[in-house]
Amino acid sequence: MTGESAATDPLAPPSGLAAPVTVPEALASAEPVESVCTPIRLAYTYTPGRALSGYLRAMGDKRILGERCGTTGQVFVPPRGVSPLAGTATSDVVELPDTGYVDSFNITRVPIERRPDLKPPYCSAWIVLDGASVGFMGLVINIAPEEVRIGMRVQAVWKPDEELETSAANILGWEPTGEPDEVITDYERIGRVEAAPA
Amino acid sequence: MIDVAVVAFEQRQEAAISGESEVEFMVPLMEQAKASVGLTQSDMGFTCSGSSDFLAGQAFSFVMTIDGTGPVPPISESHVEQDGAWALYEAWVKIQCGGIDTAFVYGYGKSSPGSVRDVLATQMDPYYVCPLWPDSYAIEALAARLMLEGGHVSESRLAEIAARSRASAASNPHAVRSDPKSVAEILAEDYAVDPLRPSDLPAEADGGCAVVLAAGDRARELCERPAWIRGMDHRGDAHTLGVRDLTSSASARLAAHHAGVAGDKIDLAELYGPFTTSEHLLIEALGLDEDRTAINPSGGALAAHTMMASGLIRIGEAASRIWRGDGDRAVAHATSGPCLQQNLVCVLEGD
Repeated sequence: MTGESAATDPLAPPSGLAAPVTVPEALASAEPVESVCTPIRLAYTYTPGRALSGYLRAMGDKRILGERCGTTGQVFVPPRGVSPLAGTATSDVVELPDTGYVDSFNITRVPIERRPDLKPPYCSAWIVLDGASVGFMGLVINIAPEEVRIGMRVQAVWKPDEELETSAANILGWEPTGEPDEVITDYERIGRVEAAPA
Repeated sequence: MIDVAVVAFEQRQEAAISGESEVEFMVPLMEQAKASVGLTQSDMGFTCSGSSDFLAGQAFSFVMTIDGTGPVPPISESHVEQDGAWALYEAWVKIQCGGIDTAFVYGYGKSSPGSVRDVLATQMDPYYVCPLWPDSYAIEALAARLMLEGGHVSESRLAEIAARSRASAASNPHAVRSDPKSVAEILAEDYAVDPLRPSDLPAEADGGCAVVLAAGDRARELCERPAWIRGMDHRGDAHTLGVRDLTSSASARLAAHHAGVAGDKIDLAELYGPFTTSEHLLIEALGLDEDRTAINPSGGALAAHTMMASGLIRIGEAASRIWRGDGDRAVAHATSGPCLQQNLVCVLEGD
């Protein structure tokens, strides 16, 4: 049993851990090893696959590619070669404009370690491109985060042409276009897509 | 015990599938397996898959492949970080629990993006063994040396196993290594990892497979001659190689006993022996008579070794032969870990 302390104080360490560790006589004078470092390094030549390769190549030309589900007609971006609703290979590639609207957003007020370039507060948004059935992630920029709202029309801000790569990082963020907001009447729909019809 | 049968099977294996992501090459297999028995994902009582993040080089890599099942509306689903044969075992147990009469199982892996020999070193003990980076072929060669020096096997016996695999693989369109070689030609090969020759080593492949299980009358509706799972068991030896007898496979012998391999004639056996040495040990451990049982009619894992799928492919290959009437009673085997550490044995029968 773990002793009475565990029963009375749920935060107390188990008594087994509290008990002193006994070592064999032969090891009595050995200095304990408190940590071991086993470096593991494995190199992979990663293949994004057919759909994502096409998407990333198009990104290098400031174009955004999606894919259509042959069963439901829905357009997914970024494409993965498969319709996650129908479980079938997507049927055709669709070029989408770099404009859309904010479907949902958040405002981050704490810095994150891996992105020192992001200065809080900043706004991450779920952006639905015109002609797409699902949203995808982006930053809303060139506007105070407090002014971002659901339905706001936005357009991609691309890196300068000389800095373009085959990377999703080519889109620096999304800025307001100043057009009238998208009128969203069906709030039930926000953040999700309809299931494939039976 | 509820009678459960393998009723559908599709596979793809190639030396390297470089242009497609895992989900891209799995989707057609998944669709074809379900469609071959007229089912869709919504007919499946349970779905289970086997794959490895260490091969994919990506955390939670299996999640993207679930998209290929069409998980809307949400499905009852599970995943094992093991060969798909263990996913099939989980699905079989799930059917035994009652309430469902179908299950969908798949396994897949791409070894080509990395060095599979080194990737497999990471499954060893992280304190004592992994820091030494013993690659998987070198570890098997240690066992091979013990087997050869101890008189448990001869080099010509290993060459016979390699020659048989190549000959059988000639009629398997999914085999990666199927060019025929005689025993003399194999014995003339230079050692790759002494005492193992290139033909003793697995032909590494990328690929996957998909299987449909069905119970009782549902299986009879879906398949003219279902391949019934009459017994299945899996056992594991110790993780520490030093405490094991590497010249035999205690866990394979025990799993075979509990699966009921003995008892009647076995027409064919699909054994997941990545090396000729492992195939030899498995034939012994399962008590197979090579004059009465066709060993690895597909060529086995020597002819195409697809990590995380080769075990499930053995079950599919054995089941396909029962559907076709090539045999009435078959044994399928899967392994995992270094030197046959874990073994799954499955006995399949046609009516």
